[in-house]
Amino acid sequence: MSLFEIALIGGMALITFSIRYGLFAVGHRVRFNPLVSRALTYVPVAVLTAIIAPAMLLPGDGSWQLSWQNAYLIGGIAAILIAALSRNLLATIFGGMLVFFLWRWLLA
Amino acid sequence: MSAHLKAFACGARDTLPMLLGALPFGIIFGTLAIASGLSMPATLLMSALVFAGSAQFIAVSLVASGAGLAVLLATTLIVNLRHMLYSASLLPYVRQLSPRWKVPLAFWLTDETYAVVHRHYLDANASNEHKHWYFLGSCLAMYSNWFVCTLIGALLGSSLPGMAGWGLDFAMVATFIGIVVPLLRTRPMLLSAVVAAVVAVAANGLPYKLGLMLAALAGVIAGVLAERWSLESGKLTGGVDEPV
Repeated sequence: MSLFEIALIGGMALITFSIRYGLFAVGHRVRFNPLVSRALTYVPVAVLTAIIAPAMLLPGDGSWQLSWQNAYLIGGIAAILIAALSRNLLATIFGGMLVFFLWRWLLA
Repeated sequence: MSAHLKAFACGARDTLPMLLGALPFGIIFGTLAIASGLSMPATLLMSALVFAGSAQFIAVSLVASGAGLAVLLATTLIVNLRHMLYSASLLPYVRQLSPRWKVPLAFWLTDETYAVVHRHYLDANASNEHKHWYFLGSCLAMYSNWFVCTLIGALLGSSLPGMAGWGLDFAMVATFIGIVVPLLRTRPMLLSAVVAAVVAVAANGLPYKLGLMLAALAGVIAGVLAERWSLESGKLTGGVDEPV
């Protein structure tokens, strides 16, 4: 393992554990500022969408690919539709990947 | 079977559907980590010591794109902040436990276990005395499943070196879509996603993947503002946060 990997895993482990254990360690009931707890509910959606959008629209080298030849875009749109209709994680993963691979195969 | 073991087994059993969902996620994480250039021991150690699926996924995709350590750790912090909400919500039930219990239960607290265990703590029919055993059962089921799936994925990834070019990174995109879309039930949530997406695409060229942070921050602010705004207008019209 490289030094980078040790620092990465050590740092990630420390940060994640501190977040999970911090309140358990303090032990008494905490009241979040309502604004903070509202903000926290938006974190997963905001972070994950911020990863999804560039991965669909600017895959690979980071150049704009708004084209039907972009399998990441087509597969992503399929996954969004499946997720909206089924609300099922497994169906979304497998359906999205199926469309993605089929699209790449058809274009190849 | 003793009452402890029974509660433990029930916790593991009730977590089964979650295990199925995590299964492909774990395997894909293992293959992606190897494809991103992480070594086999580092891949396994990350699942063993960090044990946070989304953060691990994002970390390996950032490693592949050459992000620095500071960005990786800051992203981990942001992505995992939601766990603070979980521990705040479970705190009334675990505060009387000794650190011998609290430390491992906190270490193993994931989205899935939170969902299962919180429901159980609210269940008035179950005996309160053994609920931390149920919690532990759910934790260990998730943890062993995650580790084994990572191992399978990492072995697959290293025996098929060409996998990096297969576009498996799309699996991560599909997984995240499957998590996000069902959450978009209110207009502020939808707006938060749209703003995060626009900023992420516009700021994609920024160094150190700073665009991700910027987009996440913009998305959160947009959501909070939209919620306040819709609450205020809701007072006038009577409708609050109607689902879209």
